[in-house]
Amino acid sequence: MKETKASKGKKATIPRQPMPAQDSDVRRRNFDEVPLGYTPETARAEAARCLQCRKPACVEGCPVGVDIPAFIHLIKEGDFTGAIRNIWGKNALPAVCGRVCPQEIQCEGVCILAKKGDPVAIGHLERFAADYERLNGSGELPPRAEPTGKKVAVVGSGPSGLTVAGDLVQKGHDVTVLEAFHKPGGVLVYGIPEFRLPKEIVAQEINFLERQGARVECNQVVGRTVSIEELFAEGYQAVYLGVGAGLPRFLNIPGENLIGILSANEYLTRANLMKAYLFPKVDTPIPRGKHVVVLGAGNVAMDSARTAMRLGAESVKIVYRRSREEMPARAEEIHHAEEEGIEFFLLTNPTKYIGDEKGRLTGMECLRMELGEPDDSGRRRPVPVDSSEFAMDCDLAIVAVGSGANPLLTQSTPDLELNKWEYIEADPETGKTSMRGVWAGGDIVTGAATVILAMGAGRKAADSMHKYLTWGW
Amino acid sequence: MFKIVKREEMTAGSVILNEIEAPAIARKAQPGQFVILKANEDGERIPLTMAETNPDQGTITVIYMVVGKSTALFKTLQVGDSYQDVIGPLGKPTHVEKVGTVVCVGGGTGVAVLHPITRALKDIGNNVICIIGARSQDLLIMEDHMRAASHDLRVCTDDGSYGHHGFVTDVLKQVMETEDVKQVVAIGPVPMMKFVAEITKEKEVPTIVSLNPIMVDGTGMCGGCRVSIAGENKFACVDGPEFDGHQVDYDELMQRLQAYCEDEQACMDGDCLIRS
Ligand SMILES: Cc1cc2nc3c(=O)[nH]c(=O)nc-3n(C[C@H](O)[C@H](O)[C@H](O)COP(=O)(O)OP(=O)(O)OC[C@H]3O[C@@H](n4cnc5c(N)ncnc54)[C@H](O)[C@@H]3O)c2cc1C
Ligand SMILES: Cc1cc2nc3c(=O)[nH]c(=O)nc-3n(C[C@H](O)[C@H](O)[C@H](O)COP(=O)(O)OP(=O)(O)OC[C@H]3O[C@@H](n4cnc5c(N)ncnc54)[C@H](O)[C@@H]3O)c2cc1C
Ligand code: SF4
Ligand code: SF4
Ligand code: FES
Repeated sequence: MKETKASKGKKATIPRQPMPAQDSDVRRRNFDEVPLGYTPETARAEAARCLQCRKPACVEGCPVGVDIPAFIHLIKEGDFTGAIRNIWGKNALPAVCGRVCPQEIQCEGVCILAKKGDPVAIGHLERFAADYERLNGSGELPPRAEPTGKKVAVVGSGPSGLTVAGDLVQKGHDVTVLEAFHKPGGVLVYGIPEFRLPKEIVAQEINFLERQGARVECNQVVGRTVSIEELFAEGYQAVYLGVGAGLPRFLNIPGENLIGILSANEYLTRANLMKAYLFPKVDTPIPRGKHVVVLGAGNVAMDSARTAMRLGAESVKIVYRRSREEMPARAEEIHHAEEEGIEFFLLTNPTKYIGDEKGRLTGMECLRMELGEPDDSGRRRPVPVDSSEFAMDCDLAIVAVGSGANPLLTQSTPDLELNKWEYIEADPETGKTSMRGVWAGGDIVTGAATVILAMGAGRKAADSMHKYLTWGW
Repeated sequence: MFKIVKREEMTAGSVILNEIEAPAIARKAQPGQFVILKANEDGERIPLTMAETNPDQGTITVIYMVVGKSTALFKTLQVGDSYQDVIGPLGKPTHVEKVGTVVCVGGGTGVAVLHPITRALKDIGNNVICIIGARSQDLLIMEDHMRAASHDLRVCTDDGSYGHHGFVTDVLKQVMETEDVKQVVAIGPVPMMKFVAEITKEKEVPTIVSLNPIMVDGTGMCGGCRVSIAGENKFACVDGPEFDGHQVDYDELMQRLQAYCEDEQACMDGDCLIRS
């Protein structure tokens, strides 16, 4: 790399601090977290790489506009407490986002240093600040406004609902979070595995919310246990719907109901929420495949594949009909999966499952694909290669080809306007839905997206809900 | 926490009744709906149909057969103990309509599930004939309840130790020859439902069955409970659990119920006690 402007060039030549991680041969068989985190020294060294740009591109790249140069500067100065307080101003769950944001297409993707080399490790630094506070901080609560006496119900305890609850409780409202599962956290507890996001972190965030005075009620399936109308009748004045995109998609190819074919939702729920990897110490079983095939190439697919490896598989294959460039997973996840020995069958389209006489999966038939003309999404459409059928043996297939809108709540609430994919229609700026007093945000509005987008939607809705509770609709 | 306020062993050790404090669920539940129960932190989520609800007392009643690890754990819970989680009411309520003569067919613990439906069918003005069966007399449950909930009760045992010697399907055939049956509701082991549906299909009598695939969340989010209905995938927890008995792929359901047989066996002594 050439040094042009002395000052900038000099900083940029400090290499990006590598993230220490568990060795791939060891971690592929355990559920402990993979990246081990920066030490205060490496964090400060990494922070020193930031050029403190006057017009920071990175901030533009962050969906919630975290003041990146400012918090990084505080880390560099060794003021870790100041750094985390600065981040909290925009992002209530930095320990989560630092770990799971697709930084390479957000903040880090547009960092000025990315043009010539490695961007500042913004995600790692955000994680560091949050972890440091969790382990060493005072646990002091943020100031809370005087109680307003207004009751708010937040339906769903994923990142979106938690953001709304946190914001509104600080503004003095009386907040109750209603969660269908027996544990709060949404995808953060049932989807994203322990080795990527320790559940203890999520539990601590929930605890923090409860200490601020929010109530979290589990086992409440809104639409079944209680309806939205009944919530209003019970005295709630505003309702936020952050119920996520919990409807598994299948491929709809022959043989999909054989034993040994699970949606990623089911597989990951068993593994994470039910801790089935500890079976028979816990009571929920999970199929342990010897030869596992995972269909799809997003984060959900990587999580499934890496979980299968940890459950003792001899081989794990990712089967994806497009090419490497189109794989939607975070770069770090793909990298980690490869290091752990997961094989990638790209440009490969499954066409049929094969089973034995007991109805158990024994293999798959696939077609090879090549890239043709771009489709609506701008990605080159994969087209089958003539007579390229081939078979692969497998005893477990995990279907991770996306999810849709779960209709349970919306069907029981006919007044709620939906779009043609059955996601809830909500104003992108305020989160207001077609029903008075009801807001929505996160995956149930946008379709499956990211943690930070779900949180961003939650923050906007919380502002709008606060205005409504203060001044009216 | 959801406290057990009443417990009864309905047959020697294998069928157990729990009445549980769950006021919010008791208020809303309708016949045909189920709950998911989890005994403790490490427990499995187990679906059971509500055999009875008492909104005034704020309680629900479930009746379960001890078949595996989790139901064996439930069996150890006594009055005063609690389930950590009870979720519901889940599933669609039974569609109850006045049609004339209805036959309700129940086998095993399916009788418990059938009871509130039978009562609702009678309350709305149907002539209700009930056929219940078990392997032997000591496994027969809720005979008195079912007699009260119907106009005509027929009892069968496989071994002839009580009532008609034979299967519920034999009696169903007889009834269908003499009565103008407008609807059949069949709840019990999968093979029983399958044979009932075969009999009623011949005469084109509409038949409702209640399916019990393996479930996790019970809210349509995992797809583990998928069943083939007229060749199409449905999620039993949200689209069911009741379906048109003539459209169900019973053989697939029976196979899918065996999914964890080997795993469960590893932690249970003896044979796999599959209920189908
Ligand atoms: C396996 C997996 C890996 C992922 N990895 C990443 C990643 O690395 N980075 C990233 O940014 N994003 C990732 N995502 C996407 C991200 O997790 C989601 O976009 C985000 O969680 C959406 O948040 P949400 O609050 O809208 O919904 P969710 O997190 O889905 O939470 C919704 C909650 O509502 C509850 N609920 C649903 N219906 C009801 C009801 N009727 N009544 C009460 N409660 C109800 C659900 O049980 C759930 O707890 C991943 C997703 C999955 C599944
Ligand atoms: C909607 C619904 C309502 C139900 N209502 C009742 C009820 O009212 N009373 C009652 O006794 N049972 C009912 N069941 C069945 C009950 O849920 C199972 O018997 C129970 O989950 C078995 O758990 P276990 O851990 O004791 O057995 P396991 O050790 O899990 O299994 C023992 C054997 O049963 C099979 N099995 C696993 N899950 C099920 C299942 N869901 N159904 C049938 N077999 C299964 C296993 O493959 C294994 O062979 C219902 C099921 C559903 C889906
Ligand atoms: S929230 Fe996500 S996108 Fe924003 S700065 Fe943090 S890691 Fe980057
Ligand atoms: S763009 Fe990169 S170098 Fe510039 S302020 Fe942001 S993180 Fe620092
Ligand atoms: S139990 Fe998960 S979708 Fe029905």
